[in-house]
Amino acid sequence: MADEPLVLGIETSCDETGVGIVRGTTLLADAVASSVNDHARYGGVVPEIASRAHLEAMVPTIQRALDTAGVKASDLDGIAVTAGPGLAGALLVGVSAAKAYAWALDKPLYGVNHLASHICVDQLEHGRLPSPTMALLVSGGHSSLLLSEDITSDVRPLGATIDDAAGEAFDKVARVLGLGFPGGPVVDRMAREGDPRSIAFPRGLSGAKDPAYDFSFSGLKTAVARWVEAKRRAGEDVPVADVAASFQEAVTDVLTRKAVKACKDSGVDHLMIGGGVAANSRLREMAQQRCDKAGIRLRVPRPGLCTDNGAMVAALGSEMVWRGRTPSSADLSADSSLPVTEVHVPAAGAAAGAGGAGADGGAHGDVHGQAYRALGGGR
Amino acid sequence: MLLLAFDTATPAVTAAVHDGTAVLAETFTVDARRHGELLLPAVDQVLREAGVDKHRLTGVVVGVGPGPYTGLRVGLVTAAALGHALGLPVHGVCTLDAIAHQARAEGLTGPFTVATDARRKEVYWASYDAGGARTAGPAVDRPAELTPGPRSVGAGALLYPGSFPDATGPEHVSAGALAAFAAAELTAGRELLPCVPLYLRRPDAQVPAGYKAVLPA
Ligand SMILES: [Zn+2]
Repeated sequence: MADEPLVLGIETSCDETGVGIVRGTTLLADAVASSVNDHARYGGVVPEIASRAHLEAMVPTIQRALDTAGVKASDLDGIAVTAGPGLAGALLVGVSAAKAYAWALDKPLYGVNHLASHICVDQLEHGRLPSPTMALLVSGGHSSLLLSEDITSDVRPLGATIDDAAGEAFDKVARVLGLGFPGGPVVDRMAREGDPRSIAFPRGLSGAKDPAYDFSFSGLKTAVARWVEAKRRAGEDVPVADVAASFQEAVTDVLTRKAVKACKDSGVDHLMIGGGVAANSRLREMAQQRCDKAGIRLRVPRPGLCTDNGAMVAALGSEMVWRGRTPSSADLSADSSLPVTEVHVPAAGAAAGAGGAGADGGAHGDVHGQAYRALGGGR
Repeated sequence: MLLLAFDTATPAVTAAVHDGTAVLAETFTVDARRHGELLLPAVDQVLREAGVDKHRLTGVVVGVGPGPYTGLRVGLVTAAALGHALGLPVHGVCTLDAIAHQARAEGLTGPFTVATDARRKEVYWASYDAGGARTAGPAVDRPAELTPGPRSVGAGALLYPGSFPDATGPEHVSAGALAAFAAAELTAGRELLPCVPLYLRRPDAQVPAGYKAVLPA
């Protein structure tokens, strides 16, 4: 649709400097500069290295996204940015840049939630999200089951990890096995050669009295480490592929079982899976099988859109403009622990469609809001 | 010449508009933890107070530090983004040079040292001769290891009177001085610094000491 909002999104919550450009639910550009290689020798993301890399990459990545999309910055209908959660110093680089662009270009600014963006990115792949949508978000930083009635305003947490995130468990197990960082892709690759039923690793929080939608991966990680160490102490070879496959099976078993249960319990017939771990081939396969069996429609974006990127922020920003949500103000803060229920950070005390970093930007945002309501949206 | 100048390398969040001759408007707020929130509203405010449309600016001037990194980056990424979005050159100025320029404008004479707080019991510092030219630094060191000039200015000097006797203000940089310094340099046809931070320290990054066993030894 010609009048669908054209939004640029900036994501700097971790080690990827992502800039995406979206028109409505159409992806026009997804530029990413990653500092992942700079962190590899530390076995994890070093916040100061990530922040330095974001500063260096910001303007070139914005320019690359504009060039790829073939649009001028002045054509944008808004600038969206991850306001949180994430690494405080890293978020601040993106938020500061977004504010400067929004102000300089007289465009409304939308500080949005990283987790909601992970859900909304699927609109670029499979069209608008149904209402309600169940989402399983799994990455190195989060593992959550979220129920969303409206991705721009209503995201409710049903459960989350009580200790490690799923992606963190992949990293730690990769380290135990000497496979390097990041662990997700390499464990996935090794697991293809192994037998997932060879070792019975524990399924955390899967008892009848355990919280139905919460996760725990710390015990699993420790169990893997104990098993591997015992082998080494006995002077035996560690069957790396079997360990990787059995560990991965335990993680994906718990994730998919709980996600399908949440759908059934809430009467939701759609499951969306996002976050870096959603790129895991076994998770995708198992989720498909279990959803098919339960009559649930599975939506998983392609792997490149599951990991952190600017397109997901642009996707949610575009939806914010489309639905006439209140822009953020020029004093928007980066909030490293922004709650998932705060889908975006509107300007305090501003009426819907007014305010924002660009004086005339808010009014333009409301044009889209009216178009959206006229089309029968925003009940 | 119509310059927008700002600095976030010290606890002050400060912005100014300068027309090549004089400061037209300036803001100065000390709040070391809110650079991110305060900078853009400050930029907007000085332009409105100066009655200058941002599209008439001829350049952006930013303090490139040295200074605590998190705040420092707010200024640098803002400058880079504004320069990109408005099609303006971005001129970097060593924050200590701007404080030196301000101190001399306020009447300081003779050789002197500028020191700001680098935390962790260290200071960012540079020394200047009687003509205002930088003779040493910028560097980051423990105050006790320095031999400062006969006079000292800056919050880092005031913080360590044992190492910087008779230290005085200015404590932090003001964007008016930053802009005035840049205007003088540009008028004299001299190049300023690129929009790149002066971190002076390598990033804190602990290499994990191998994999930690979970079984008892
Ligand atoms: Zn993420």
